[in-house]
Parts: sequence; structure tokens; C-alpha cells
Amino acid sequence: MGDPTQELISKEIAEARDGYAAARAGGAPEGHHPDRGYLPYRSSALRHPHNPLERVADPDAVELSGPVFGVTDVTDWDADLTAQHVGEPLGERITVTGQVLDRAGRPVRGQLVEIWQANASGRYAHQRDRHPAPLDPNFTGAGRCLTDDEGRYTFTTVKPGAYPWRNHVNAWRPAHIHFSLFGAAFTQRLVTQMYFPGDPLFAYDPILQSVTDDAARQRLVAAYDHDLSVPEFSLGYRWDIVLDGPTATWIEEGRA
Amino acid sequence: MTPPQQTSGQPLLPPTPAQTVGPFYGYALPFPGGPEAVPPGRPDAITVHGVVYDGSGAPIPDALLEFWQADPDGTRSGAPGSLRRDPVTGGFLGRHPHVFTGFTRVATDADGGYAVHTLAPPSSAPYLAVAVFARGLLHHLYTRAYLPVDGAADDALLGRLAPERRATLLAVPGPDRTYRFDVRLQGENETVFLEHA
Repeated sequence: MGDPTQELISKEIAEARDGYAAARAGGAPEGHHPDRGYLPYRSSALRHPHNPLERVADPDAVELSGPVFGVTDVTDWDADLTAQHVGEPLGERITVTGQVLDRAGRPVRGQLVEIWQANASGRYAHQRDRHPAPLDPNFTGAGRCLTDDEGRYTFTTVKPGAYPWRNHVNAWRPAHIHFSLFGAAFTQRLVTQMYFPGDPLFAYDPILQSVTDDAARQRLVAAYDHDLSVPEFSLGYRWDIVLDGPTATWIEEGRA
Repeated sequence: MTPPQQTSGQPLLPPTPAQTVGPFYGYALPFPGGPEAVPPGRPDAITVHGVVYDGSGAPIPDALLEFWQADPDGTRSGAPGSLRRDPVTGGFLGRHPHVFTGFTRVATDADGGYAVHTLAPPSSAPYLAVAVFARGLLHHLYTRAYLPVDGAADDALLGRLAPERRATLLAVPGPDRTYRFDVRLQGENETVFLEHA
């Protein structure tokens, strides 16, 4: 059996979406997160549990608190991915900013945001990335910052390129920036990917399409915001993030 | 399951979906000293180590594990400084030797193995909370590595699991204050993974 075609993967994507729509029509809850056993993303086959998750509703659980970070953990340089080398990286310079909230709408303050991405040509600074696109000696593609008192983060970087991968024949990832976030509790930990509006590759990509709920999937796409574009310097994108999961204070306030 | 509600009755905001960490986080997320909450040579340090396996029993060379735990005195406030930086060079200084942040991060090696150095958790919360990230894993998983300290036998979660499932959460003591904790994402002896409500 050869590698799957895009036609087959696209058929599986459509089937998974139809299955979700039918489940919703039958009264199933909204699925905000991907199904870990999502078939079109082939790497998931052997890497997701078959047993259901064990529910923990212990108000004394350690996971309702979490690690904390401070000004000692980051430098101002970390948030500007275009200023980490002697020269300027190639590509379209962008500013990405947004607010991190919990599900009650409260800003997530002073927490660590980490990003990583391919360069403008679609190549990661990683020895296992064999895509024959040029590396950029002036771009690594990793950044960190702390959210401010309103939960905001801001990075200056370049727009990453799309790149091929080996999920199936002619598989291409839409341009994206990887995000890692901490909240007020370990339960709020989030690793995700931000996409750029209007990318023609969205429909073909099993990783983005693993979010089968249309509204949830749309929440992974940033908005171009002209007011955030800096004259003569960078184009602006806004991407707000809402962290899932309970916290100790949430439970104290009577949610449970 | 109905969507959770705030006490005020306002509906909660819909969350941002998770996506896989992918294969290329290695130059971004790991940091010097990440696996060492305390210096490995410290007399009261423990080592928690193991291998992450997939559903075919093959080790996973591109998983990332994070551990969060209570301080040995029982507090859970944590402390900044896991990634303590040098204000002059911007480089990594390593953690302050007398500040316990409660957090470690480690990527598996080419053999799927990992090790972290930390302090034994308190009997009031005798476990390390674990988050598992990997290429192929679309949404991270939570589990717990229970240490055989006083109080572990009374734990509510352990108490309600069948013995063979419970065993997947128990770190196994070895020589020199080491504890083995393997993670099996799927299949035989699949690790118990948690959903927090």
C-alpha cells in the first residue's frame, strides 16, 4: 500500500466533519479540542490512548495550581525574533499580538508565552527538517514573553512560509506559528498553532481540520489588523487566546 | 455534559483549541537546566526517569514532558526562576540553588528516555503532575507519577482504579533515590490519563 493521496485524506476529513455534525445534531456537546485519534493525521494512530480519560474533580488537586514565571525568566530580546542575530532575517516582517484570557474572561497576567516557527521560506532551524528550502542565518524562529497586566503578549517576527510534510503525498502545512501558554493552573496548559487568514491550504491540512467544529477551528486563525501595522515597518495580526481548564480560584468561587 | 457556567450565570468563553506540538519544538521549548528542579548531586534530590512508548511498544524520540508538583513543605505557590536569565548576556544562569520552582521540562532522547531531578513531593500530594506532548498527539495528556511516600496509599484517585490500571501511575523505586516512571500512550498497560473538572 502506497502513501495516502490528498484525495483520500480529504475524504477522511469530510467524513470526520460529517460525523461530528451528526453527533451534534444528536445532542452531543461542542467539541472544542481535536479528537486525539483523528484518522487523517496519520501520526496520531499509535499515539493516542484507547481508554477514556479518568475524570479528576478533586478541589485539592495539585494541577489546580501551576508553575509561575517572572521577569527573571525572559529578556526583552526574546520577544523580537528579528533581532536575535547580527543581520535582519528575510521575509515579511510582522507584529503578532493578542490577549490571553481564561474562560471566565479574566486576563491571564504575568504568564509565559513561547512561540516557534519556520522561517520565511518554510524551513525550521532543526536538523530533522529536510525540506530543501534555505535556512536563514539571521533567523532562529523561537521567542518568549510574559503577558502584561491585561494579559497581552506581543512578538515581532517574520511571516513563516508554508512547507511540505510526509503525512500523505503532496501534503503541505499552511503557514503557522506554534504557541505554548501557561495559565493560572497546570490544567490550563495549552500548546497550539496560530494560522494566517485566507490561507488556501486550510482545507487540505489534517492538523487544522482535526478541529472539526467550524467555530472552534476559526478561533485558530488570526485577524489582520491594520491598526496594528506599524508604518514603514511591519504588518499587524491580532490573535486572542482563551485557556481552558479549571483553577483553584475558579472552584473557590463556586463554579464546581 | 452541559457547558460550565460562571457563578454570575454568564456563559463561559469558548476556549482556543489545542494543536500538536509537532516535531520541531526542540530549539524553542527545552532550556538549559530544564530537567533539574534541584542540582542532581544534592543529597535529598530524587531522580524520576523512564521511557515514553507508543501503541506498538516503540519508544517515542520526540515527546516532551512537563512536571509540576507541590513543594516538599506542601505549598503550591511555585516560584519564578525556572528559566533564570543573566541580565548582562541574556543567557541562561541556571536556577537559584535555594529556590524550588516546582517545575521541570524535559524532551525525550533518541531512545525515548528522559530523567528529571527534583525533590520528593509531600504526603499531602504525593505525586508529580505530568503533561505529555508529542508529534502525533493533537492535544496534550495529563497523568501523575505517584511516589511511594507516606500518604500515597490513601490517595482517592489511586483508590478507585483497578490494580492493573493503578500500577501505571506508580513510580517504581530503584537504587540511589531513583524512581522509574514509564509512559505508555496506547495499548497494553496504557497509562491512566486524566481529565480535570
